[in-house]
Amino acid sequence: MSTEQWLGLWTGIAFGFFLQKGRVLRFDKQVGAMLLKDMTILKFMLSAILVGMVGITLLHGMGVITLSHKPMNVGAIVVGGGLFGAGWAIMGFCPGTSVGALGEGRWHALFAIVGMILGAALYAELYPFFKATVLSWRDYGKIGLVETLGVSPWVLVAGFWAICLPLFAWFEKKGL
Amino acid sequence: MQWKTEDNGWSPYLAGALVGLLAIISVWATTVLMGKTNYLGASTTFVRAAGLLERAVAPERVAANEYFTTSKVKVDWQFMLVSGIFLGALISSVTDRSFKWESVPPVWAKRFGNSPIKRAVGAVLGGIVAMVGARMADGCPSGHGLSGMMQFSVSSLAALCLFFGVGIAVAAMVYRGRV
Repeated sequence: MSTEQWLGLWTGIAFGFFLQKGRVLRFDKQVGAMLLKDMTILKFMLSAILVGMVGITLLHGMGVITLSHKPMNVGAIVVGGGLFGAGWAIMGFCPGTSVGALGEGRWHALFAIVGMILGAALYAELYPFFKATVLSWRDYGKIGLVETLGVSPWVLVAGFWAICLPLFAWFEKKGL
Repeated sequence: MQWKTEDNGWSPYLAGALVGLLAIISVWATTVLMGKTNYLGASTTFVRAAGLLERAVAPERVAANEYFTTSKVKVDWQFMLVSGIFLGALISSVTDRSFKWESVPPVWAKRFGNSPIKRAVGAVLGGIVAMVGARMADGCPSGHGLSGMMQFSVSSLAALCLFFGVGIAVAAMVYRGRV
């Protein structure tokens, strides 16, 4: 295996380990969040974002790494994001957690994986159609909040922390 | 706040914060070792997996497909990352004894019964819809939800709101207060 593949493998092992320890690989946790009864996955995701954004802002500020925004293509994000949400509610897994769920013995996740591979093949078949329709509506390109709002990334970091910490306190108070 | 969950897991705040650290180390390590900053993500791997499988039966079809050509069907960094998630979850669950064979998730069983066939149909159909959506939006809860949010991408903030917004609406319709 190449260096690139080894690096991916070890990073994935650590990622899967933490996902499993946080108990976020479960169908019940994901659907529980969508039913607004169990906020475990939201606590997990927001904590990762809060910590990650500090390091990424720092490394980017030092010129060590480059950012990689995905395009703000309105049709793609609205239709695609909506379709993902609808499928996610039924499937009960997202792409990364499906594989992890299989690792912790929840073998029914295999059906979700099969469905997603079929979905990927279907998307590849329909790509010319989507390109001519949904994807061609309006594309604002690879934009970030920093340039769009014209603020320092540290203002956004502070803002996200200021929103999330009280939210966490509220989750704990409500026992969510 | 508790650091351990009832079933011996870790607090989601702690486990999440560690993933945040992992994401930072990963962007740095990929930049240094691969010469290009790579962000955590998962859904492109499903395109590559579909391409690899389809190539075994109909290689000319994959070669002629524009989407497969731009996504580059190969076992790359992210493909190994997704494979690693399986191994990491296996190691963690076996060592803390939370590994469990499960054919139908409890919440699903409460609403739709114990039939694994019903669950399989739901998972396959849901999976198809979700992956078409993820590829259209160019990301999933990892690529948009974690990596995109960490760099304040406009598209990721919008995508994450839609993932959850539509997810909440559909879950409410599907489960109708029965769980």
